[in-house]
Amino acid sequence: MDRRELLYFLTRRDIAVRYKQTLIGAAWVLLQPLVSTLILTVIFSAFSRFDTGAAPYPAFVLCGILVWLFVYSAVTTASNSFVGNVNLVTKVYFPRLIVPLAATFAAGFDFLVGLPILAAALLYYDVSISASLLLAPLFIFLVLLQTAAFGIMFAALNVRYRDVKFALPFFLQIWMLASPIFYPAAIIPEKWRLLFAINPLTGLLEGWRSSVFGSSFDWRLIGISTVATFVLFIAAIAVFRSMEDDFADDI
Amino acid sequence: MTALELENISKRYFLGENRATSIRDLLTAVATGRRRSRREIWALKNITFSVAEGETLGIIGHNGAGKSTLLKILSRITRPTTGTGKIRGRVGSLLEVGTGFHNELTGRENIYLNGAILGMRRSEIETKFDEIVEFSDLEKFLDTPVKHYSSGMYMRLAFAIAAHLEPEILIVDEVLAVGDINFQRKCLAKMRDVGESGRTVIFVSHDMQAVTRLCRRAFWLRGGEIVRDGPAAETVAEYLHEQSQTGSFKSWPDDASAPGNEFVRLRQMRVCDEHLKTLSAADIRRPVIVEITYQVLQGGKILIPNLHFFNEQGVCIFVSHDWFSGWRDRPRKEGLYVSRVRIPGNFLSEGWIYVGVAVSTYKPLTVHFAEWDAVTFNVVDNMEGDSARGDYAGVLPGIVRPVLDWTTEQM
Repeated sequence: MDRRELLYFLTRRDIAVRYKQTLIGAAWVLLQPLVSTLILTVIFSAFSRFDTGAAPYPAFVLCGILVWLFVYSAVTTASNSFVGNVNLVTKVYFPRLIVPLAATFAAGFDFLVGLPILAAALLYYDVSISASLLLAPLFIFLVLLQTAAFGIMFAALNVRYRDVKFALPFFLQIWMLASPIFYPAAIIPEKWRLLFAINPLTGLLEGWRSSVFGSSFDWRLIGISTVATFVLFIAAIAVFRSMEDDFADDI
Repeated sequence: MTALELENISKRYFLGENRATSIRDLLTAVATGRRRSRREIWALKNITFSVAEGETLGIIGHNGAGKSTLLKILSRITRPTTGTGKIRGRVGSLLEVGTGFHNELTGRENIYLNGAILGMRRSEIETKFDEIVEFSDLEKFLDTPVKHYSSGMYMRLAFAIAAHLEPEILIVDEVLAVGDINFQRKCLAKMRDVGESGRTVIFVSHDMQAVTRLCRRAFWLRGGEIVRDGPAAETVAEYLHEQSQTGSFKSWPDDASAPGNEFVRLRQMRVCDEHLKTLSAADIRRPVIVEITYQVLQGGKILIPNLHFFNEQGVCIFVSHDWFSGWRDRPRKEGLYVSRVRIPGNFLSEGWIYVGVAVSTYKPLTVHFAEWDAVTFNVVDNMEGDSARGDYAGVLPGIVRPVLDWTTEQM
């Protein structure tokens, strides 16, 4: 049965619920990346300077932070999507995959809302746009796929093993530090670069930033991350499928 | 055509710490190669049944009998441990009303969300939107977040959506037990419509009247097994019979337990149809005969049997004495007697009737025995349109329900 409509309504619910009952509503979505960018800019301008090429550091950070905030909130909400909606599992049946996907898409909405800030920053710093910007949606799609993969996997594991709840913050913290968000991948010495690429977000962040700032693409890094993303997604679906039949009994 | 067919369905649950619920448990289990001892229970044991298209099936049974598990399997929420099932058609299940409702969302938003969760298409929800709103009686609060609703309003909205779900197979669990009487009545009528429109309905309830009224067929689950499957009225009757330990037939073979004294003792009592066949479910339109068998141990007394009829609320419907069969002033001789009284059809109201029996002497007044709730039987209206109910499907109050002569003339 076609349940795209349900995906749409659940996504809308997740979005609506986030903004209702907050005083400034959507402003939070803009405030978060702005404040993070400000803090990181102040810290790293004072202590160390990264070579970000043609990209001004604040715009560089903002570019990465927007993607990271999406990954962070999508993985967090998707992981808790079943545990926080027990009745959707025990009282009704529909393809379960819709639940973590809706959480992921709702976080994606915040990302879209944040994009104008990036556009404004690019204008402000007078960054020239090149044709490589056309590749940006591709990288965002890959990030979405990878994020969905983690969200789906953790959501399923969380139903049976509540350890996920405790492990997730650590995981996300380490992941953030291991991702080239406030520093460029280029600062990693060549011999460690491949090890660094184990983090499948690395290549996608680099690719996304290269397309925004029109710098040269590190295709090897991007290639590794792209393959990893697809493998992760397939693995996540497999884990999910093997566990979903028991959700109602395990939760 | 069968709408659904289940074969040898069993479902096992583990009690207590069944699975490794944390990584630590999992690691311990792997490291020691041992599993925790776990106690298993079979919530369902080899359930086999099929439901024809358009059939309305009721499922009754005590708590823990496996009804909910069965509904969850039918709705695909959980899978059976063993067995196979075939389902033809779109299944809509209402194991709960208002699943997925969010307090922060308005009534309008929740209608769309909940409708989609229940499996309705957006276009379907849009077409029925006005009907849903009208059914819920909440026009004025449509754009208010449901957290400001009273619990009654909340349930009304939730049920209004559920009531407009129109799958080919509808599975309903006990959701009627909500709301005020008026709303329940509306819901019952709505469910009846669904059943009459040719869709298959599977209905679990503790409300035996609702089951007999809505379902033609019912089965009774006990300990995960089907113990009785047949016409709803009969299944319900047997179920209640077991529950109350009284039924439409009772006998007292030995003197020690039989109600009575040195003059007369009760031997047997039963409720039967006009052909003297013992029944437990009585068609509201047909006469019912109550039969008392008693032994007169010492002759010479005038004995008047009398019956007392009570309804489910404990209201005495009427009392009837045998003044008329010729023994009013004729002393009895020793021996076995059978007295019968005929209650006409279209007289008693729907529901359970409890019959008390006494044998008395009136000059001077002596009650030889009085046995309350000696037998019970269920009066059932099959709603074929020729009872006092006519075309009305809702709750029809009243202690008796006669069919009376009406005349209407245009003046």
